[in-house]
Amino acid sequence: MERTYRIKQKDLQEHLDISSADKIFDLDLPDFGPYSMDYTRNGKYLLLGGRKGHLATMDWRNGNLTCEFHVRETIRDVAWLHNESMFAVAQKKYAYIYDHTGAEVHCLQKHVEPTALGFLPYHFLLASTGNSGKVVYQDVTEGSVAGEHRTGYGECHVLKVNPYNAVVNLGHSNGIVTMWAPKQAQPLAKILCHQGPVQAMAIDRTGTYMATSGQDGRLKVWDIRNFKQLHEYKTTRPAHSLDISQQGLLAAGYGANVTIWKDALANKVKKPYMQRTVGGTSLSDVMFVPYDDVLGYGTDKGVSSIVIPGSGEPNFDAYVANPFQTKKQRQESEIKSLLDKLAPDTIQLDPNFIGRLDPRTAVQRQREAVARQQQEYTENKATGQYLDNTVRNRTRGRNSTAKRYKRKRQGNIMDLKKLQEMEALEKRMRDNENKKRKVPEAEKGALGKFYEQKRKNN
Amino acid sequence: MKVKALSRSTEGYSRETKNSIHKMPRNTDPSLHGFERAREYKRALNSAKLERMFAKPFVAGLSGHIDGIYTLGKNPWDLDSVLTGSGDGEVRLWSLSAQETAWRAPEAHRGIVKGVCYVPGGKTDRFLSVGTDRLAKVWSRAESAYMKDGVTPEPVATYQGKSAFSSVDHHRNRPMFATGASTVEIWDVNRSEPVSNLAWGADSINAVRMNQTEVNVLASCGTDRSIILYDLRTSSPLAKVVMTLSTNAIAWNPVEAFTFATASEDHNAYIFDMRRMDHASTVLKDHVSAVMDIDYAPTGQELVTGAYDRSVRLWDFSKGHSRDIYTTKRMQRVFCVAYTMDNNYVLSGSDDSNLRIWRARASERAGAKSQRERGAMEYADKLKDRYKYVPEVRKVLRQRNIPKGIKSAQRTKNLMLSSRKNKEENQRKHSKPGSMPRVPERNKPILGVTHK
Repeated sequence: MERTYRIKQKDLQEHLDISSADKIFDLDLPDFGPYSMDYTRNGKYLLLGGRKGHLATMDWRNGNLTCEFHVRETIRDVAWLHNESMFAVAQKKYAYIYDHTGAEVHCLQKHVEPTALGFLPYHFLLASTGNSGKVVYQDVTEGSVAGEHRTGYGECHVLKVNPYNAVVNLGHSNGIVTMWAPKQAQPLAKILCHQGPVQAMAIDRTGTYMATSGQDGRLKVWDIRNFKQLHEYKTTRPAHSLDISQQGLLAAGYGANVTIWKDALANKVKKPYMQRTVGGTSLSDVMFVPYDDVLGYGTDKGVSSIVIPGSGEPNFDAYVANPFQTKKQRQESEIKSLLDKLAPDTIQLDPNFIGRLDPRTAVQRQREAVARQQQEYTENKATGQYLDNTVRNRTRGRNSTAKRYKRKRQGNIMDLKKLQEMEALEKRMRDNENKKRKVPEAEKGALGKFYEQKRKNN
Repeated sequence: MKVKALSRSTEGYSRETKNSIHKMPRNTDPSLHGFERAREYKRALNSAKLERMFAKPFVAGLSGHIDGIYTLGKNPWDLDSVLTGSGDGEVRLWSLSAQETAWRAPEAHRGIVKGVCYVPGGKTDRFLSVGTDRLAKVWSRAESAYMKDGVTPEPVATYQGKSAFSSVDHHRNRPMFATGASTVEIWDVNRSEPVSNLAWGADSINAVRMNQTEVNVLASCGTDRSIILYDLRTSSPLAKVVMTLSTNAIAWNPVEAFTFATASEDHNAYIFDMRRMDHASTVLKDHVSAVMDIDYAPTGQELVTGAYDRSVRLWDFSKGHSRDIYTTKRMQRVFCVAYTMDNNYVLSGSDDSNLRIWRARASERAGAKSQRERGAMEYADKLKDRYKYVPEVRKVLRQRNIPKGIKSAQRTKNLMLSSRKNKEENQRKHSKPGSMPRVPERNKPILGVTHK
């Protein structure tokens, strides 16, 4: 077997064709700290953000710089939105959205001290997590917050979107990985992955495998559908960043190394596929370019790009992501994808549950609807919504405007009245229960007939 | 050692000239196309909403009559012309494409014009009209003479009956027509007296219809709540069905010779199979007032009804509830409806003296469509079909703006029917099992069938 992990990029450059050889480059940016990076969905544009506040977007294949500016505060993560026209940046206090020219468009104040960002392309949701210990989903088309949940595990630095079912995976400092949906206050699933904080995470595009790395130095590969660990790799240092390419190659950035394993998810392989050591720097972020055989990585001295043959999807579908998109095509596809924007409550672990036959009977559905109404009522009551709104008998001929307004605020009067009556009835039944004499053990059972008289009197 | 890495040249993926189309390579691998179900569902929902947005069925209202339109006659050989007869005795021939009157006979009858019909065959442009003045008149645009004023036309022939006529229909290929008065009379065009008099029972006739496929059969319905089928070859009745309430109109299925639909006073329309008349084959339930007229589409798979509750409803022959309802504030009681022979439009004649043209499929538009447009519409139709049972989509597809009057009448009717049903169920629960057999809805309106 050829020792492919021995091959250096310099050697590779000589054997590749010109256009591929041009994809190996280094951007020397020593001043502004470790770089986070992101590629657009079609792999055409690169967005890089330095920790100390440097932001730039470029068409990396031909070196066209689209915009470059400095925000003069800490940047912890960057993410493209649906296409190259907008991107989001996790800055010191809030998350910001910028235009393709670099103009600040929005300041998202619901995302407090964000540390990691993720974009759900089919739902147009921007998910973030941060030092506040919350996961926040924001709809970037309307601006509304689709979900805001407290994780309960404190600060979180790792967020990855599962491309198969749009579930957001968070890696916490106690080694637990939780899965979130925007409309559910509790996580969909929790997996205890590592003994120690989770450092990095990557999910493959079919949503089958997840690779996580923890501070314990282990790189574990999981089957997310069954929540089972498949195997474990050892890296000399905990991997700071992970990514899985479209063809299933796993890249890990740790220390000054980038290691890539091929076919490493389903089975455990003994040797990595390729490796690269960058001297004197440490890796901060790795990402495969979609639809191309290129891996980009950010270090604390800049951003580089290397060729990994066999990592990209060779046949792209122009209606999904087109690397050769013209301006007109980009505009049309933006409109089409906005029309197809999915509702946030369709996010579940199984994305194909829609349209399935409802197994509940009509009676069950009715009962659940009533239970939901009751729950809503108790919640609203707890917040004090009905304090001055108890349903009173409407007296004839004395309907002033104020009373009419008050009645209107009660909402659906029929349901409210019914629910209040139900509550009163339940209270009465509970009181009656308490009033009744409790039957002692001796009076139950076979000897109970000797005590019948006494019981009847109660 | 040659290393192969992905490298795509822009030449292979960009178009050569501005006039050629863009190259759109495809990859059907499902891992590239995520959220299939969710996206399909969203598109189905969007298609349903667009369908409702585009649902504008009203095309035109043709005015000209000064009294209500009580009868409509369509020419199976000509898409453009339609006849109407009104309450003041006027008969008008309309051109639907020009949306105006092509010909009119202002004093065609001294009373109400009760029936108009064309002479089928397409060889002559003759048509008949009958009225309450006991006269049946044959008109023709080509052959008619005009009266002294040069405008009012004269009939080609006139037939005198013994009592006021209520309905007329012409035979498919022979020169004979049938009229309904106190009995069903068969006339020969060349005789001034009816050739035969068909009667079974003793009450006046509401409607007469000759079967245009099985040409020797005709049906009539009378005020004695009966529907009688006759055979012309033997000049005698075939069968009689007595219903609980009387029938207002009959329409024969143009495709299936033995099926006919009836519009009943009990707010329902019934489809019968002539061979088995002990039960209706389909019950069409949705109107809240007497159904005045019914007509089949030329495909035989759709029906249109007009009712006294000011609405026109469209039905699929296999489903028991209407698929669409057309109303307008200006349209009062609908007395006659027709489905045009190109299967695209529905005509309604109503009390307010207007003839209205409606689209048969409210969201579709006329005109040639490009291949891509047609493909997109077929995709949308298929999506709606697949997701039509999912609650959100179903709610959008079912949504219709029903006028207050009909809505409140529906509520009252449902309340009354459900309370009667509850009472019946309670009685059944408290009586000996088997003593109260369930009667199918199809059998309920039929009191009895007799065969000759």
